[in-house]
Amino acid sequence: MGNMATQTQFHVLAVDDSLIDRKLIERLLKTSSYQVTAVDSGSKALEFLGLNGENEDEERNSSVESVSAADEDHQVGVNLIITDYCMPGMTGYDLLRKIKQSSSFKDIPVVIMSSENIPSRINRCLEDGAEEFFLKPVKLSDVNKLRPHLMKGITTKTEMQSNSNKRKGSEEIQSPDRTRPRYNELEVV
Amino acid sequence: MERNPMRRQLASLRKSLFDQGYLDEQFMELEQLQDDANPNFVEEVVTLYYRDSARLILNLDHALERRPLDFSKLDGLMHQFKGSSSSIGAKKVKAESTLFREYCKYGNAEGCMRTFQQLKKEYATLRKKLETYFQLARQIGPMESANRPK
Repeated sequence: MGNMATQTQFHVLAVDDSLIDRKLIERLLKTSSYQVTAVDSGSKALEFLGLNGENEDEERNSSVESVSAADEDHQVGVNLIITDYCMPGMTGYDLLRKIKQSSSFKDIPVVIMSSENIPSRINRCLEDGAEEFFLKPVKLSDVNKLRPHLMKGITTKTEMQSNSNKRKGSEEIQSPDRTRPRYNELEVV
Repeated sequence: MERNPMRRQLASLRKSLFDQGYLDEQFMELEQLQDDANPNFVEEVVTLYYRDSARLILNLDHALERRPLDFSKLDGLMHQFKGSSSSIGAKKVKAESTLFREYCKYGNAEGCMRTFQQLKKEYATLRKKLETYFQLARQIGPMESANRPK
């Protein structure tokens, strides 16, 4: 469809090592009129964002030429990240942690998908900053739940604090600081 | 019109795939993602599934020849197979892969091998039926197949 210059679509970064699931999530997201970039690993996702595990400032300067979402308004490239949990190498959880530890990207909503219904896994992801946890196979009804998280990004972007406590899940989880006190920069795993 | 009997045949074939438990509602989710702009979406996904499955079956066959069996590796491979089967709604294949993983969990070699043979049979049957189904759908034409009853 032809986009008018002023109309920007939400851009979702989808991460899944399964080719079939990538095709599926891409179609689901496009059906909902999102722009989609699909990659097959956590490291490729970080690369796309311009985070390669090194100092963020260096990365931002050096990645001007590379294919990445990083530009002067670094958050505008990607509005939401949806990632599979079980992936070889970097898991979706590892990716979630890296995103949340990044000063540039920690406010991007992250959604985790998994074929396995393991409550401790789900809770851990939600506690560590995931907005939603979808059981695979992901359906259109799941993707419809993304919109509020994307809309939140637009209205509160300028007001967003580093300690926004939006959380799914019914438990009162009072972690003192959602961003773990350890890191301001990325750590190479 | 000649196409009507074929449409009925297609609908009947489709219904039997669900009634006989080869496919579950996830396949319907795929159908809902198919439209005029993406008229072959379901078949495209299923074709990817065949390719992916061929690779996994080959790897599983090889892994099952090793002595002793590496149950962790077998489980990892079957986890992938289960995932993709689940994503297209391949109900019986998914059930066999779940069973296989149970046997892996308990280190039951015979159970694994028996279940894998059964899984391959189910997969072959499903593939044959789906190939027939899509062949017929293609003959009928994109306009008609987009109007399939849900």
